[in-house]
Amino acid sequence: MTAMTQPVDVPENRPSLWNRFLKARGPVYCVLAVIGVVWIFPFVWMALGSVKTQREILAIPPKLLPEHATLENFTKWFQELNFGSYFSNSLIVAVITVLGNIVFCSMVGYALAKMKFAGKNIVFGAVMVTLMVPSVATFVPLFVVVSNMGLSNTYAALILPFLTQPIGVFLMRQFIAGIPDALMEAARIDGAGELRIFFQIILPQCGPAMATLAILTFLSSWNNFLWPLVAAQTDDMYTLPVALSLYSTGQNATNYSVLLAGAVLIITPILLLFVFLQRYFIQGVAMTGIK
Amino acid sequence: MGKRARRGAEGGCNGALSRRQALIAWGFCLPFVLVFGVFMLVPLLSSMGMSFTDITSRDLRTPFNVNIVGFDNYVTLLTDPRFHKALLTTAIFVIVGLPITIAIAMAFAVALNKGLKHLNAFFRAVFYAPVVASVVAVSVVWRYILQDDGLLNSLLAVFGIDGPDWLHDTRFALPALMIMTIWRNMGTLMIIFLAGLQAIPTELKEAAAVDGAGKWRTFTSITLPLMKPTILLGAVLISVAYLQFFEESFVMTQGGPLDSTLSAAYYVYQQFGFGRYGIASAASWVLFIIIAVVSVLQFRILGSDE
Repeated sequence: MTAMTQPVDVPENRPSLWNRFLKARGPVYCVLAVIGVVWIFPFVWMALGSVKTQREILAIPPKLLPEHATLENFTKWFQELNFGSYFSNSLIVAVITVLGNIVFCSMVGYALAKMKFAGKNIVFGAVMVTLMVPSVATFVPLFVVVSNMGLSNTYAALILPFLTQPIGVFLMRQFIAGIPDALMEAARIDGAGELRIFFQIILPQCGPAMATLAILTFLSSWNNFLWPLVAAQTDDMYTLPVALSLYSTGQNATNYSVLLAGAVLIITPILLLFVFLQRYFIQGVAMTGIK
Repeated sequence: MGKRARRGAEGGCNGALSRRQALIAWGFCLPFVLVFGVFMLVPLLSSMGMSFTDITSRDLRTPFNVNIVGFDNYVTLLTDPRFHKALLTTAIFVIVGLPITIAIAMAFAVALNKGLKHLNAFFRAVFYAPVVASVVAVSVVWRYILQDDGLLNSLLAVFGIDGPDWLHDTRFALPALMIMTIWRNMGTLMIIFLAGLQAIPTELKEAAAVDGAGKWRTFTSITLPLMKPTILLGAVLISVAYLQFFEESFVMTQGGPLDSTLSAAYYVYQQFGFGRYGIASAASWVLFIIIAVVSVLQFRILGSDE
């Protein structure tokens, strides 16, 4: 009833629309802005701390801005600690994991979405099991298996277990299921085999899903911690999070300016990706979450 | 046209064709099946097996020294007060952390569901940003913020409050880790809830408004019931993550002080570190079963009256 009796906007009222919007939403945005500043302040504090000197970072009470901004904390990572090695380990593992997932998850996704075959339910069951079993349940025996294979402390140990992740299989299966069958039928009539259909018809259509998958996989690989901590045993095999965590719990536990510089070095690449490819991050959560 | 051609082919050599298709399909699945078999199925089964043995790190080279000990490892766990404490800590973490995370995420999702599109996208990015950051890195940052004379206590001092030494006080260490974990995970739920909210037809809310329902009433009687499947999904996702919390303790407190932040996952890692693979496997199975039961229970409870 109330809605029906509300006055209809006449042209003269137009300018006040903006005012009414401000009145209705203004307070909400003010509150959001305040919380937003608090929300990202840990990152700001990290960045500020990473350019402070040893002396300044220990100041009580802490000062907001560094008086003599310095890059010496970063040079320490590059010169005294093996940042190059940690970074390239993280990058190599992440890139190969991403490539593997893109190719292999599309292949399984295609088989599950478009092909009829005996044992399909078994494969699907295996995907479900992988999805549900938490890494904490398998890392001990996984370490034994990997050691017995002679792979401990190698790139293979860091990469192989994550080469086809169930989230990726779901994502690709769902996307490929949406590609019309008519396209494949037409190619079949032209005499194309399954491989050619997959590579020339299906894959070229999968761009958006692959982009999302690539982002999700890169993110989880870059931030992965428990398994690399267990599998990488010498300094030359450490990934960035492993190196930072061990540095932060060792004798340098209170060397905060260097620790914060390390945190900046880990977070910045991902934060940059996030700022520029935000759409794919959000899509990934919505797609794999909602399904 | 296409159908007729295919039917003709199938009529001719149906068996051979479907066998060929099955072979190709399995070929496509091969990489996944291999990875699954070697790095998931074998570890899963062998961890089950190992949990009934006294295997230690020294037995990796001499597998014949391993003895079957039956349920000894499980009995050890049941009588280990540290394991009880780890389970209790994990339970508190989930039972307190989950509802708070859901409430905050819902509040942000509702606030960002209408208004200016670009402004909302900006705030969405701000609140989601902690999700993409490495847990290890943000744990280091929060440890710095939470130290006794750190940023938080300096701010509290401005208001005349003498803040505790958060990470070295048995009463405050776990709540402090919880706050950080909620901060880091809220964004995921917010995005999921936003997607759920956008799927609710506006006519329903308009109809409620016409019937004289206020904003809060519309939210509790229209929005929340319709959001139930979305909330359920989010609850399962987050509780499975919280049940496994480990990195935060590892970097910020090493499980201390006095084991007050020793989670179940951390207990598994510690036993593994001591080389006691049998106990570690048993503990990881207990945790795994708890995770499975919690997921099933949540589906039952929250999905009951559908």
